[in-house]
Amino acid sequence: MPEVALAIFLLPIFSFVVISLIIRPFLNKRPQLSWYVTIASIGASLILSLWMLVEVIKAPGHVLPMPDYQWLVIGDTSIHLGVMADSLAAVMLIVVTVVSLVVQIYSRGYMHGDPGYCRYFAFMSLFTGSMLGLVLADNLLFLFVFWELVGLCSYLLIGFWFHRPEAARAATKAFIVTRIGDFGFLAAILFLYAKTGTFDIGELQHLALVGAIGGTALTWAAIGIFSGAVGKSAQFPLHTWLPDAMEGPTPVSALIHAATMVAAGVFLVARLFPMIASSYEAIMTVAIIGGFTAIFAATMGMVMNDFKRILAYSTISQLGYMMLGLGVVGVGVARGAVALEVGLALGVAVGIFHLFNHAFFKALLFFGAGSASHATGTFDIREMGGLRKAMPWTFATFLIGSLSIVGIWPLAGFWGKEQILSQAWHYAPILFYLAMITVFMTAFYMFRLLFLAFGGEYRGGAHVSLRESPAVMIVPMVLLAILSVVSGWLPISEFLGGESHSFFGALASPMAWASLLLAALGILLAYAIYSKKWISAESMRRRFAPLYTIVSRKYWFDELYENVFVVRILVDGIFALFHWFDDHIVDGMVNGIAGGTIAAGREIRRLQTGQLQAYGLAIFIGILAIIAFFMIFG
Amino acid sequence: MAVGLEHFLILSAVLFSIGLYGALAKRNAVVILMCIEIMLNAVNIAMVAFSRYGHLLTGQVFAIFIMVVAAAEVVVGLALVIAIYRSRETVDVERIDLMKW
Amino acid sequence: MSIPYLSIIIFLPLAGAIAIALLPRADPKRIKLTAAFFTLLSLVLAIALFFMFDRSLAGAQFVERVGWIPPLNAHYFLGIDGLSLPLVALTALLGFIAVLVSWKIELRVREYFVWLLVLETGILGVFCSLDLLLFFLFWEVEILPMYLLISIWGTGRKEYSAMKFVVYTLLGSALMLAGILLLYFHAGTFDMVELAQLGLGPALGSLLATAIFFLLFFGYAVKLPLFPLHTWLPDAHTDAPTAVSVILAGIMLKMGGYGMIRICIAIFPQIARTYAPLIIVLALVSILYGAAVTFRQRDLKRLIAYSSISHMGYVVLGLFALSQVSISGATLQMVSHGLIIGLLFALAGLLYDKVHERDITRLGGLARQMPIMVVVFSVAGLAALGLPGTSGFAAEFLVFLGSFRSTMVAGIQIYTVIGVLGLVLTAGYILWMLQRVFYGPPKADYEGAADAGKLETFYALVMVALIMLIGIYPRILTDVINMGVLPILAPFG
Repeated sequence: MPEVALAIFLLPIFSFVVISLIIRPFLNKRPQLSWYVTIASIGASLILSLWMLVEVIKAPGHVLPMPDYQWLVIGDTSIHLGVMADSLAAVMLIVVTVVSLVVQIYSRGYMHGDPGYCRYFAFMSLFTGSMLGLVLADNLLFLFVFWELVGLCSYLLIGFWFHRPEAARAATKAFIVTRIGDFGFLAAILFLYAKTGTFDIGELQHLALVGAIGGTALTWAAIGIFSGAVGKSAQFPLHTWLPDAMEGPTPVSALIHAATMVAAGVFLVARLFPMIASSYEAIMTVAIIGGFTAIFAATMGMVMNDFKRILAYSTISQLGYMMLGLGVVGVGVARGAVALEVGLALGVAVGIFHLFNHAFFKALLFFGAGSASHATGTFDIREMGGLRKAMPWTFATFLIGSLSIVGIWPLAGFWGKEQILSQAWHYAPILFYLAMITVFMTAFYMFRLLFLAFGGEYRGGAHVSLRESPAVMIVPMVLLAILSVVSGWLPISEFLGGESHSFFGALASPMAWASLLLAALGILLAYAIYSKKWISAESMRRRFAPLYTIVSRKYWFDELYENVFVVRILVDGIFALFHWFDDHIVDGMVNGIAGGTIAAGREIRRLQTGQLQAYGLAIFIGILAIIAFFMIFG
Repeated sequence: MAVGLEHFLILSAVLFSIGLYGALAKRNAVVILMCIEIMLNAVNIAMVAFSRYGHLLTGQVFAIFIMVVAAAEVVVGLALVIAIYRSRETVDVERIDLMKW
Repeated sequence: MSIPYLSIIIFLPLAGAIAIALLPRADPKRIKLTAAFFTLLSLVLAIALFFMFDRSLAGAQFVERVGWIPPLNAHYFLGIDGLSLPLVALTALLGFIAVLVSWKIELRVREYFVWLLVLETGILGVFCSLDLLLFFLFWEVEILPMYLLISIWGTGRKEYSAMKFVVYTLLGSALMLAGILLLYFHAGTFDMVELAQLGLGPALGSLLATAIFFLLFFGYAVKLPLFPLHTWLPDAHTDAPTAVSVILAGIMLKMGGYGMIRICIAIFPQIARTYAPLIIVLALVSILYGAAVTFRQRDLKRLIAYSSISHMGYVVLGLFALSQVSISGATLQMVSHGLIIGLLFALAGLLYDKVHERDITRLGGLARQMPIMVVVFSVAGLAALGLPGTSGFAAEFLVFLGSFRSTMVAGIQIYTVIGVLGLVLTAGYILWMLQRVFYGPPKADYEGAADAGKLETFYALVMVALIMLIGIYPRILTDVINMGVLPILAPFG
């Protein structure tokens, strides 16, 4: 059994090793091999994950016992590594392996003929393997290791087309922005270890719950961990990297947005939920950041013109929802409004259930984006239009994905969102209203995108002949479309210990109707502006000109971070000052001492006139002085 | 007034000072060599005087030593002066500054 | 009498140097092969030593002790423990790799390799000596070859840099010699093992002991280098020939760290503890300030040189946090940094050979032309920024972990967190450098630039493999290092 758990994440890593050490250097003429290896390893991981899911369901308390392996011993410090097989891990494994497998299948068509074919699948394998390892990790150090590897892989994949300067810049940005969050995470790991002497997640949760890590200390540790999640999940204020991450190949975006990179942040909060929820301040921060990010990102999604950027903001917004879901339940737990045991499971269930559903429809939406750009050669939705007729499959699946993300009953997105909204209503009403507005915005921007890209007439250059994508891309999309409909019907929430929901019972609550109404309004507005043109988009833009500018410039966060903070304040400011200091003061002192010695020598040597008589005079005066000295003092 | 040790010593000191002044202030290398001779002879006078009044022969022996050394020194010194004169056409010590920094 | 392994390892390069000097025909190929042969032999022995080393003994092993200058009570006293063994192995490895890196040298080949090998002997001697006078002798041996190597085979302002290095180092060693002599006059022995056991701190009185401590510390701080004594480093590293940069950054800086723990901390534990906060603050300044200045560098070699100031700061932080984990981590960091920075310098030199450009602002788009270089450079860079799975992470994590939990220094938690901040900056400049050198559209100027050849690929991959091995399975070193750390921490109870 433990071997199975290890194999789940080691298989894709092994695939990476095989591709990069054997196929790439020696069999480069047959790059398809790397695809087969990747598919085989991830497929095997999927089967093993399914098997493990079954085992976990059967196991008492939904936890399988797993052994530890000793990694390092220094004195009384002994670091163990091991895997954790519980319901949370089992669900995440399914998400990651399914989405990754589908993405790999789709990639075969999308990456066909790319010179970096082997490299692509090597990175994809490593990416998947790292994420699986992250999910399975039973202690913080092990988790952090994979956490960083996931970051590395997204760096490599975002910058996959490294010859494009924007791609290289986006990759660097993604890594550094997430690393800022990781700073807090690492500090928190150190802090927790210093306090408790363990990295083990189970033990840490237990210690937090019994109050062994007290008050402020716990809050700081929890916030540190959350800052790691903020970076990875692109939450405000570290959200800027994700929209730029569009520079990678589209299947990579699908994987990053659906199942791996950004999901890691939410997963981390869920994994350490009992600990974070033990501190009211920390969990409140999670809820507020989540709720704020949801609406904040949605506003920007409404005005973007890049297909993938709109989806990127929708991801940030949906991740905000997940954080909100985790946060509000945690707030309930911290306030004592929910029984501890129930609440802890509920929070994880609420957050992860939405993550589960989101993974499928978001991957689907990105596949749609990839398919659309495959045909048109652009991601600018102003140059698309009319794709509905040329690409019926893409359109149909994209419509399903959109309806799902908007949260229309009975599609997948509805169920997770409903749970989050109802929990928010109970524990944080203000955040609830924000989330409701976000529902409206989500509907608006998704259908704006849909109408602009797929509706109307084609606006791009005439030279492009629009064609539906090949079957290798369509089949994964159809598969995901089915999942985007039905994934919400699966009893994932119950399995994780959350509330169950009945298929029609969900429609009995007024809140569901309210959110459906808002979503419908959003769709209607988009329909009015972008499909029927009853309201001119141009006049709207002019009426809200200042607002439009602020939002379309992304609140100037990129400028603030990159131009003002990094360039002006740090590199050209403080660092330049240090550089000057180093060259002129520190090194100046060294050179000054050396120069001073040389200069002094140059002056003093003037005494050596070479005139024998001067020396004689000096000797004479010296003798007189000595005699005088002895006559006076002797 | 009898001539005592002091008179010899004063003579010696005066001669030494004259020699020293000349050695330090004159610019002609030959004159400087002569002044050094004067200083050496001033010492000789002192030596002989001490020998006479101290009833010890050591002083006189030393005086002879000094004369021998002085003769040798003048030989070497004058040879150097001539050599320098040949190469630089001057015996002005202020212009002989080959060793100056 | 057992086989004097250490003497053989130390003097093999010297023997090689003599052999090269006496070679009848100055055929460059033969000289290079001779140099490679002797350094390889030394490396093989060092590896053998690594496996013969008894991992359950705390004291020095493979001891050789012969009377050397009886009136002074000075001995030819060699031995290695857990602290020195990894460094000896590292030196032997980098010594061999330095010869391979120099394969393309054409100017005055014979002298070059003679000096390179003499240099290696000096450094190996430092790590093996257990007698202070012998230690000092070996310490000084490296200066002359280094001066000649930089000033003859260097680039740029090579005479200036070489002179700066020599004067700076001599200043450090002059003060160190004063410290060693003071120590000798009061203890009557040069024996490091004995000195460490004497408990000299309290016996000498705090003023004298502090004075000796800082005289010695100054010498090591120059070598390490610790802010504000670091400015010789960027000049020397930048202007030195590639192989010498590898040795300089890869091993010579470690002599400073090694001296700090082997002499300063081991002989004066109490004083080390008293002044630890001060020294740690300097270490933090080195880490952050070094990283900040690195951001501003445009010359590739200079950038790498400044980054090593920042990275050596972690060593000092770990050492003076005075906990078992942190000192083990610091020693591991010395080895890890030696491999990483050695590889980075080798690659930077190689890059310069291929494109004749070191200015980052003018480089770009090289990934297309140099697929192997970009992979190896990236791995080395990622290891430098502490990516898990590489030695950089294992070492820095242990430093942080040990420091954070240390009970020896007040306020160490805050210091450590500030140190962790360095990781963010490191990620910044490393990725920025990779981006500007390798990514972006290929430039016409570098059309047809060759990738790494077979030899270069070979040694680069060996180092990459070691970096990853230590990163994934650090026990291979920590179990050894730990044995060396234990006796040093014994006085703290």
